[in-house]
Amino acid sequence: MLISKPRDVRPSEITPERVYRSRRKFMAQAAAGTAAATAGYALGLPSSWLAEQDVAPDGPIGEKTTPEVYATQYNNFYEFGPDKEDPAKHAHEMVVDPWSVHVLGEVAKPGRVGIEDLLKGIDLEERIYRLRCVEAWSMVIPWIGFPMRKLIERFEPMGNAKYVEFKTLYRPAEMRGQRAFFASIDYPYVEGLRLDEAYHPLAIFAVGMYGKLLPNQNGAPLRTVVPWKYGIKSIKSIVSIRLTEEEPKTTWNVHAPQEYGFYSNVNPTVDHPRWSQASERRLPSSLFAPNRIDTRMFNGYDEVASLYSGMDLRRLY
Amino acid sequence: MRLAQVLAKVVAFALIALPLGLLALNVAREVALPGSALGPDPVEAVVHELGKWGLRILLATLLVSSIARLAGLPRLIRFRRMVGLWAFAYVVLHFTAWLGLLAGFHLDMVLADFVKRPYITMGLAALLLLIPLAITSTHGWQRRLGRRWRQLHRLVYPAAIAAWIHLLWLSKASYLDAAIYGTVLAALIGERVVDAVRRARRRTASRMA
Repeated sequence: MLISKPRDVRPSEITPERVYRSRRKFMAQAAAGTAAATAGYALGLPSSWLAEQDVAPDGPIGEKTTPEVYATQYNNFYEFGPDKEDPAKHAHEMVVDPWSVHVLGEVAKPGRVGIEDLLKGIDLEERIYRLRCVEAWSMVIPWIGFPMRKLIERFEPMGNAKYVEFKTLYRPAEMRGQRAFFASIDYPYVEGLRLDEAYHPLAIFAVGMYGKLLPNQNGAPLRTVVPWKYGIKSIKSIVSIRLTEEEPKTTWNVHAPQEYGFYSNVNPTVDHPRWSQASERRLPSSLFAPNRIDTRMFNGYDEVASLYSGMDLRRLY
Repeated sequence: MRLAQVLAKVVAFALIALPLGLLALNVAREVALPGSALGPDPVEAVVHELGKWGLRILLATLLVSSIARLAGLPRLIRFRRMVGLWAFAYVVLHFTAWLGLLAGFHLDMVLADFVKRPYITMGLAALLLLIPLAITSTHGWQRRLGRRWRQLHRLVYPAAIAAWIHLLWLSKASYLDAAIYGTVLAALIGERVVDAVRRARRRTASRMA
């Protein structure tokens, strides 16, 4: 009902099979003192990689990849300010090298691990995912990352671990949004997933995008990407990973529980109290064509539906 | 009218029109070369820019009377209609851009939004409240309505408050803008309350004398 004119449905979809077929593997290398000065490691990308992208600028999946300039200049990362342009302007103030991640909670092998060691021996792959923001706009972004499961399992979660909680860096001296007097959300930013959600093959940790290391404003050096959930669930610049028995208290859910649920699965039938979620504007839009498309359940990633069988997703939004 | 006054009016007119002119320029650049001037979400950029300036100029309208009172410059009131009509123009353009560009004139969606989305309801209320003020802004209506003209034009306060609530309710994670505009609006209304109290006292005092 709240939908704009129907658009041509593109024949190809982003399905895991396709993603797997198209994925390219990379190795993360410890590379102290390389040109990648802002981080102590570099992505070992084949030199042909960027050229390949130019040959197929629309990616292997039939939906147009959002131009890199938009995905890196139009961000919600409130730690750097409330406007979409703020993160690109101010995120360089965040120091990402050195970087370590604290793994704790219900794991047999807790510890603080440097990012280089964390990525050692992990195969990186490209995943082109739709990103649906809770604000009803969306993009298509080529990430470089690896399944969450690979990393989490290294720390040997215990039997009672039901959830995984992530925290973003809290460093007001480098993150001006955290110093802002009128910030209404509490920092550090906290997100979380049920462990079986985190173990779904579509859920990844990303370290790069568009064939390069993540820019700070997109969550360097380590972030999650959970493509069937609203963007708020994909947390940036992670410093801690905690396995828990209880559902984590996630930032937006705490801030406005009637607007943002713990699950926050993309769901066109459950409106945000202040706007409809039935459709979205695929960015970039043009001035005279809002580029409005129907929003799909689970952002079109139907294969995650079994994670929620028997759950009332209208109540557990 | 003296030359200085005419000049002042022309300058004020140009200043208020400037944001619209700049926006029009960016729209023209964007049309010529999509993606060149207004970012990945040009529609939202246009709607926001118009709304932001609509609220600012609406507050400026209230500021004109305050300055006239506080600085003892009653002639400044002659600028007020022009400023107010500009505010109305920005608000109408803001609404039209939202309706046409963002909602794509999808009336079912728009009507549902009016009812279901409180911040949109509030924005619409502000616009509707401003319409009778714009219509009766002429000298003719001012004469015809007499004393009731002043009463009618007090609607500008609920309109400004509704516009501010519209902004507050669409704020997501930062209330900085809402706080700034709210402070200005509160100060402007506060100045009027103080003025009204002072006048009432003066009346009482003169009656007692």
